[in-house]
Amino acid sequence: MLPKEVFEALQAEHGPDAVFDLHDDAAKDRDPWFQVAPAALVAVCEKLKTDPRFSIDYLECLTGVDYPAKAQIHVVYHLWSYSLLHRVVLKVALPRDEPKVATLSTVWSVANWHERECFDLLGVHFEGHPDLRRLLLPDDWEGYPLRKDYAEKADYHGIPTTRPNPLDLFQIGKAPAKA
Amino acid sequence: MTEVIIASESDEEMRLNMGPHHPSTHGVLRFIVQTDGEIIRKASPDVGYLHRSIEKIGERCTYQGFMPYTDRVDYLAAMFANESWAMACEKLMQIEVPKRAQLLRVISCELNRIASHFGVSLGTTAMDVGAVTPFPYALREREYINDFIEELCGARLTYNYHRIGGVSIDMPAGWEAKVIAWLDHFEKVLPEWDRLITFNRIFVERMANVAVITGAEAVDFGLVGPNLRASGVKWDVRWYDAYSAYPELIRKLGLEIPVGVGQMGTVGDCWDRFWVRIEECRQSVALLRAAFEEIKQYPEGDICGKLPKKLRPEGEAYARVESARGDLGCYVIGAGKDEPYRVRFRTGSFNVMGIIESKSPGLFLADLVALIASIDVVAPEIDR
Repeated sequence: MLPKEVFEALQAEHGPDAVFDLHDDAAKDRDPWFQVAPAALVAVCEKLKTDPRFSIDYLECLTGVDYPAKAQIHVVYHLWSYSLLHRVVLKVALPRDEPKVATLSTVWSVANWHERECFDLLGVHFEGHPDLRRLLLPDDWEGYPLRKDYAEKADYHGIPTTRPNPLDLFQIGKAPAKA
Repeated sequence: MTEVIIASESDEEMRLNMGPHHPSTHGVLRFIVQTDGEIIRKASPDVGYLHRSIEKIGERCTYQGFMPYTDRVDYLAAMFANESWAMACEKLMQIEVPKRAQLLRVISCELNRIASHFGVSLGTTAMDVGAVTPFPYALREREYINDFIEELCGARLTYNYHRIGGVSIDMPAGWEAKVIAWLDHFEKVLPEWDRLITFNRIFVERMANVAVITGAEAVDFGLVGPNLRASGVKWDVRWYDAYSAYPELIRKLGLEIPVGVGQMGTVGDCWDRFWVRIEECRQSVALLRAAFEEIKQYPEGDICGKLPKKLRPEGEAYARVESARGDLGCYVIGAGKDEPYRVRFRTGSFNVMGIIESKSPGLFLADLVALIASIDVVAPEIDR
């Protein structure tokens, strides 16, 4: 099924408020995508999974993207159907100061770890997630590194996060200081 | 991490810390295992020890400058991470890759696949479950491949060989004959390997019917590559989402995707995952021979496509390759600057780690080792 057809079928089902903003310009968009309202995400994904016209069985990739200029965080879902060999790309736009969206781990189990990673690195809250903890970073890490305005702290529990340039540290290539 | 063993309230249950430095965890990987005697109640993976935020690094490099970093995504099969990054950028900027470069990519990737599957995954799987003898045999073959790839691009592990638009350097004179001679040798090694370990009675008893993952579970948890195929799902990016020079080669050879059939037990058990990788090595040998045959039609010359002077694309692209650990996806967003706006790697090892927690209850502690070995995870690919 072409992305446009998927888009139109979903829009007919869920209404133009839930599914909108199709980008499928062949010259510009390599992977056509459309937006889904955060509130409708789970219903749309259930539909994509169970309807034989779509039969999406594989959540390929879940990516969080920070757009401070728009004050939004986008969560991008790349979906793939093993039986019909087509891809659907959904985006959900969330407010940057309180990014919250329902979990998809009830639809595809693979979402569990992907959502934990996205929570860890971008601070998106996936509501209803069974185990929303930091995944890659330590539990007491502060901040979300993949946000554009993330400023790394100088140390973590006394462990410096930067190291001095060895050329400066060992005075390599410099004349020894005179006593 | 300080506590090693904690006796919990109940007398029966123990919490054990396995890793992060455990020989069977293939890198730095930690499990918190709750056991009742020898039976696991729950094993929770704790990952992130090798996290270096490659995605953030990507936002600070130029498109071409990021290529050496991609090697570090998976140090046992760096060619594939190179290729997925190159392919995502090519898709984004619509760059044509010359045929000769495509074939050089196939050759380098298939060599790397054998090195990863045979040299590391199969050898260490055998060692993890107690068969030490096969491992040096496997490493011997991997050493040949490392030498070949070193001759090709100067590196043995972190290749940085592919480029956006093609590859960095053509194969040296006489290299092809050497690799083909080794393929002749390697084809004889595979039956020897089967006699030594694959169909060894003790090994089969140890691996068959252990940690069975059904096809439906595998798809639901997003397993990819050999792990998915071992569960009986016929899926390979090289076949169904064809890229590079694979479609012609596969059509010419008439290759079929090897899937687990439960030859020794149940479909999707540890033995099936082991066997699928051996079959893939056989296919890689056939693909390599065909690629060397095919490349003769494209005389030396163009190995890199035409790139614009400045790489400042806008838009986004998702590309994937069939890596040694399965479907390796790369998602890149460009915003008209020298650096990409967002880079994302979606790796096979990361997905498969999610299934361990739900697969572990009821396993023997020793079988967890067999499970980890058979799904062939590499820690930096999980953590990136």
